Amino acid sequence: MSRNAETQGASDTAEEPILRFDQVSMRYGRQPEVLTDVSFALRPGSFHFVTGASGAGKSSLLKLIYLAAKPSSGLIHLFGEDLSRTPAARLPLLRRRIGVVFQDFRLLDHLSAFDNVAVPLRIASQRPSDYRADVAELLGWVGLKAKMQALPPTLAGGEKQRLAIARAVVARPDLLLADEPTGNVDHQMALRIYRLFVELNRLGTTVVIATHDQDLVARSGQPVMHLEGGRLSFPSAPRSRP
Amino acid sequence: MTPFDPARWRPAPFLPRSDVRDGALTFVIAVLCFLACLTALGAVASDRAARGWTAQLAGSATVVVHPRPGETPDSAAARAAEALSSVAGVTEAAALEKEKAEALIAPWLDDPRVLADLPVPRLVTVELDRRAPASTEAMTAALKAQGLDATVDDHSSWMKEIKAAAGLTRWAAFGVFLLIAMATAAAIAFATRAGLAARRDIVEVLHLSGATDGFIARMFQVRFARMAALGGLAGAAGAAAFGATLRLIGGGEGLTPVLPVAWSDLSLTLACPIAAAGVAALAARRTAVALIGELT
Ligand SMILES: Nc1ncnc2c1ncn2[C@@H]1O[C@H](COP(=O)(O)OP(=O)(O)OP(=O)(O)O)[C@@H](O)[C@H]1O
Ligand SMILES: [Mg+2]
Repeated sequence: MSRNAETQGASDTAEEPILRFDQVSMRYGRQPEVLTDVSFALRPGSFHFVTGASGAGKSSLLKLIYLAAKPSSGLIHLFGEDLSRTPAARLPLLRRRIGVVFQDFRLLDHLSAFDNVAVPLRIASQRPSDYRADVAELLGWVGLKAKMQALPPTLAGGEKQRLAIARAVVARPDLLLADEPTGNVDHQMALRIYRLFVELNRLGTTVVIATHDQDLVARSGQPVMHLEGGRLSFPSAPRSRP
Repeated sequence: MTPFDPARWRPAPFLPRSDVRDGALTFVIAVLCFLACLTALGAVASDRAARGWTAQLAGSATVVVHPRPGETPDSAAARAAEALSSVAGVTEAAALEKEKAEALIAPWLDDPRVLADLPVPRLVTVELDRRAPASTEAMTAALKAQGLDATVDDHSSWMKEIKAAAGLTRWAAFGVFLLIAMATAAAIAFATRAGLAARRDIVEVLHLSGATDGFIARMFQVRFARMAALGGLAGAAGAAAFGATLRLIGGGEGLTPVLPVAWSDLSLTLACPIAAAGVAALAARRTAVALIGELT
């Protein structure tokens, strides 16, 4: 599997990783560490699952990547930048290159589905005339063509999930993070969503998905980063093999 | 329902159009602005009154004549008036008639019959040239030259007191103004904090989607500035209506000698909505930037 995460020897690769953790630890306030000595590097265009039991630290790991938290020690390089040296004023620009599907969606309930998807584009100061058609097309692509005016509270769980995904990908992020994107949907829907991510990955987006769904992970055959007690490991062989 | 046409879509505001809190806050700002405008109107009017009074007092002096033994009070007063008329800077000097002088004292006496036994001093009222008024010394000298025992009062001690009172009023009005501005800022800061907390979901999503702190702060800044301008307008309109009523009731006399409100003063209230919006924008921005800064 050429797209696997690299544990050591990240510097050996010719291509610069899109994301690199060097002995990163993290804690909330004065509580014990939830992540300890985590190191890995992701190549641009790769696809990874992050697995682990509840409370293992999956969401915390993603938070570090989408710049919602800072490590208590260690270094993170994102898009080739050392985050410990990145001035605060630059962080918004880095965030715009990351799409996030939150575990709890975080849709804006007072805005229509269409407006929700447009959020990242508006923040990037794009003109409505430039992206209207794209938003409509994307909503059609995730199967919400008939729900463009609907408010999130009126949507079914799976619809919300797809809306959150549409918002995460609309600005064509370089890095897509999804936290339990198949947590609240049936098996069939989980597969559909997974295929959507694979499609995006083919278009060049680096994808990281945190999930409990061992079945999905096994069927996909994609590389896995496993968290246990805050430590990261790389189960070498995907379990889909007989 | 017509089908949704993306080509007609317009971005909706990130903050919900209305919050329940907004009405109450607008009311608070309206009341604060009403008070601020009243303070300003009162200060301007009392300043004008003080200037009017000092102008009147500066243009005149009062001379108390004590008749010497052997001279009737009337003749002493007449001689004093004549002596004063010839002093440079005096436009007119006239002895106050006996009846008028007594009338000034009568209210202070229980029994008006006592007046007959009292050596009521005679007064000479002096009108001064406004541009080059005669000095107290010059008038005193002219009286002495005629062998008259008289005291000249040019009202300067009164004027000093009125000026001091006017100055005090100005400072008090300024202080009240400052307090009101601070109260407005505090109310806005409080509301911004509450608004940010209530809309934390929106703030977080925008923040994580790459919105700058300034972008998010501006949403609250614009919202609260608009709200304050609205409240300020209502408060100013109320104060202007109140001022106009004072002017109408007062007319030429009535209340106006005490608090002379001019129609032009009412334009002062126009500054209120602008000032309120400015204070609100500043307070909202400061609060929002500080709170967003805590996110990461
Ligand atoms: N905001 C927080 N403050 C304090 N502790 C937290 C916070 N968020 C998470 N934790 C703790 O950090 C640890 C890891 O949590 P995290 O949410 O990263 O796990 P997870 O692997 O995503 O779990 P799940 O599969 O249930 O989503 C847990 O012990 C959790 O209690
Ligand atoms: Mg989680």
